[in-house]
Amino acid sequence: MGGATTVGETNATAIIFFIVFISITLYITYWAAKKTKTTKEYYAAGRSITGFQNGVALAGDYMSAASFLGICGMTALKGYDGMIYALGWLVGWPALMFLMAEPLRNLGKYTFADVVAYRLKQKPIRIAAAIGGILVLWTYATAQMVGAGNLIKLMFGLPYEVAEVIVGGVMLMYVLFGGMIATTWVQIIKACLLLGGVTVLMLIGMSHFNFNPGVLYGEVQKMYGVKMLNPGGLVTNPIDAISLGLALMLGLLGLPHILMRFYTVPDAKAARKSVMWATTLIGYFYCIIPIVGFSAAVLVGKDLITKVDKGGNMAAPLLAELLGGSPFMGFIAAVAFATILAVVAGLTLAAASALAHDLYLNVFKSGKATEAEQVKVAKIATIIFGCFAILTGIAFKGQNVAYMVGLTFAIACSGPFPAIFLSIVWKKLTTGGAVAAIIVGSISATVCIALSPTVWVDVLKNKEAIFPLRNPAIVTMTLAFLAAWIVSIAAPDKEAEGKFEGTLVRTYLGVGAE
Amino acid sequence: MGKTAHEIVTSDRFKALVRKRWSVSIILTILLFVSYYGIILVIAYGKEFLGQKVGEFVNWGILLGIFGIVFAWLLTAIYVVWANNVYDKEVDSIKQTML
Repeated sequence: MGGATTVGETNATAIIFFIVFISITLYITYWAAKKTKTTKEYYAAGRSITGFQNGVALAGDYMSAASFLGICGMTALKGYDGMIYALGWLVGWPALMFLMAEPLRNLGKYTFADVVAYRLKQKPIRIAAAIGGILVLWTYATAQMVGAGNLIKLMFGLPYEVAEVIVGGVMLMYVLFGGMIATTWVQIIKACLLLGGVTVLMLIGMSHFNFNPGVLYGEVQKMYGVKMLNPGGLVTNPIDAISLGLALMLGLLGLPHILMRFYTVPDAKAARKSVMWATTLIGYFYCIIPIVGFSAAVLVGKDLITKVDKGGNMAAPLLAELLGGSPFMGFIAAVAFATILAVVAGLTLAAASALAHDLYLNVFKSGKATEAEQVKVAKIATIIFGCFAILTGIAFKGQNVAYMVGLTFAIACSGPFPAIFLSIVWKKLTTGGAVAAIIVGSISATVCIALSPTVWVDVLKNKEAIFPLRNPAIVTMTLAFLAAWIVSIAAPDKEAEGKFEGTLVRTYLGVGAE
Repeated sequence: MGKTAHEIVTSDRFKALVRKRWSVSIILTILLFVSYYGIILVIAYGKEFLGQKVGEFVNWGILLGIFGIVFAWLLTAIYVVWANNVYDKEVDSIKQTML
């Protein structure tokens, strides 16, 4: 226990597994490229994905390397708190099902802006939605890219910049040539590898504890004291905890790359089935991740885990090395790498749809452009966002970007979510109201995070935070709903109200859905 | 047969469908909020209780965490069963009689 490790050295098996993964996924991309000619195929895989496949892909989109390695590490080092943190990541899925999944599928075409703009004025909505959407995707992509560089450096010993270019380059190949079909299959393969890998890790780990969680907890308690099994410092300020919960729960309902997946299935029933499968797989994932974390704490030991990486991110790879030698560690490392690739690919495709479908087609071209032109512009937008992601990844080298994921969810639940939700349920919502919700929500969330203890004190090293909460969602989401309400009531739009009846038939019966 | 959007939307059956859909959704959402925030608040104010052992080593806190995940999944499953068995049938029937 607690001996030497080869984590951080070039690992031959990791490279072999990774090359196999890249070869298979690039072959799929080649196959998908032949089927990707129209925008419907590029953005929505021709609506040919089944509910089950989409559920697995949604799980793949959501289970990032950061949550896999991060929650393992958090449980290994802090115990119980890691477990509760994991719970927060699941609860958005039922909410997505109850509040939005089916209406979203019925009303939209390729992006969430289609839903909001359905009975409102196209241009202002598209511009606001693109701003809010890109902000969400960019902050998330930056967190993923910086995480990717650090992880790959830790696991493979590759220089940070090389890692960024590899992740960005391979991901661009998937999206550029294979569009949504390739991106979906990459997600599905990655989700299976991740779930399979973590399951094997959990089973081998549990074999050391007679497959009895009680024995595992007993060992944890013997080694580190009962504190590891009790709630610690995660919930110190209940308002902050509630606000974080809101952001995690409702932020999911505003993530463009997740919402976009609903257009890959044929109808609302398949959308419902996707969420059920995604919830099942993600729930299972977050049930077993803490077990892997606790096993790592006992078998590997906290000393070695913190020695390799202070944040504990290497707990899972270290456990894999201990239990299955460097080949198994290599496999887990390759899975983490594949995970990052797939998540960034999903983000890039969503960003391309915001730039090309929302901004270029519906704002600059007023909805008039040929299929060939639209696909071409979508590909150009893909390259632009992909290069942008690589460059910001390199620019943020060595920065603490932990706040970026919090920022992503805060903006998503304060900007896009209120606008989408109100456009589905509230007859009196006007164009101005929807734009106000997106802009007020996105900007206030960004500003509040910048002034919060997370950035103002931890990153910018000021003494005292101007905004007291670490998670501003409770304030900024309320502001967004208020803005939508005030603007819509102050200047009613009879035309949009009149069109509401027509949307109801499509929302609830699916009549006329694309 | 062949009713307009206005006639469908203002019909009692359609209104009842929409009402029922949101009643189910809102009840499930409230249950989700209560369970999740209940857990968060117990963690904030009931640390001693959660530390109490249920078995030899398992405590209330661990059970509550697992319950949170299982309960969220169950709510989702309840919605799917309801939608498959009640909502979809009503939608089909409205479509057949009114479109």
